[in-house]
Amino acid sequence: MTNAVTITAPEGVPFIEFEREFDAPVAAVFRAHKEPDLIKQWLGPRGYEMDIERYDFTTGGGYRYIHRDDNGGEYAFNGVFHVVRDNEFAIQTFEFEGFPDVVSIESLRFEDLGGGRTRLRGHSVYPTVEARDGMVASNMEAGMTEGYERLEEVAATL
Amino acid sequence: MIVDPSADDRLDRAFTALADPVRRRIIARLSRGPATVNELAEPFNITKQAVSKHIQVLEQAELVTRSRDAQRRPVHLNASQLEALTAWIDKYRLIHEQQFRSLDALLTTIQGPATGTTTDGATHQEEAP
Repeated sequence: MTNAVTITAPEGVPFIEFEREFDAPVAAVFRAHKEPDLIKQWLGPRGYEMDIERYDFTTGGGYRYIHRDDNGGEYAFNGVFHVVRDNEFAIQTFEFEGFPDVVSIESLRFEDLGGGRTRLRGHSVYPTVEARDGMVASNMEAGMTEGYERLEEVAATL
Repeated sequence: MIVDPSADDRLDRAFTALADPVRRRIIARLSRGPATVNELAEPFNITKQAVSKHIQVLEQAELVTRSRDAQRRPVHLNASQLEALTAWIDKYRLIHEQQFRSLDALLTTIQGPATGTTTDGATHQEEAP
């Protein structure tokens, strides 16, 4: 897989960064972040129903959505879009309602690589390193899916 | 679900320890069985002292242990600590990768303004949504 995601969680600072390339033009990648009907099709762990209450990907806009699993579990998220520049850049806040008031600020860069390819770079800042690690842990819990089984197999061989 | 601080420190130390390529290779070697410092130093073009230092870092990160009694003091892998690590970031990475693969699939079905041969992405040939 040439387009694998890179994630870094540097030591001692409450950041998480990711980088990922796509075989699609920047305008398409941006659209997939802007239109709720499209968002629904990829954001969030597989096997969860995504219910978008509102989603306005524009400067000054905001969002709230809920992931629902088969067992009645609900994971709600909300935030505001501080800046959105088409096909280029966005800053948003992000709050998992299971951890009220622990709000991260996330910036997202859409980079045109030419040839119909795009690089997406994200940078999240949490209030503390503990908050970052706690969020990562809970995100993982909410995301338990079949993909993990592969990882378990790998871990078992270590 | 907040991670307890001591576990957190341990993770930090482990990540730092694994940031070094020599130490990762030492871990890889130990995954096949315990080894002495001499044996571990062999494949590397570095001094035994340097290898000892690397082992010390791995020991502090609790990724390896050394038998106290035996003369040879072989180094052992602490597999459970390694598994704790994979539980942390690899699972997180996996979720994101899964998400982005869904996005890949979606992107093949939708179009940006220019699906032609433009490379600057700023143009708009024919159809817009």
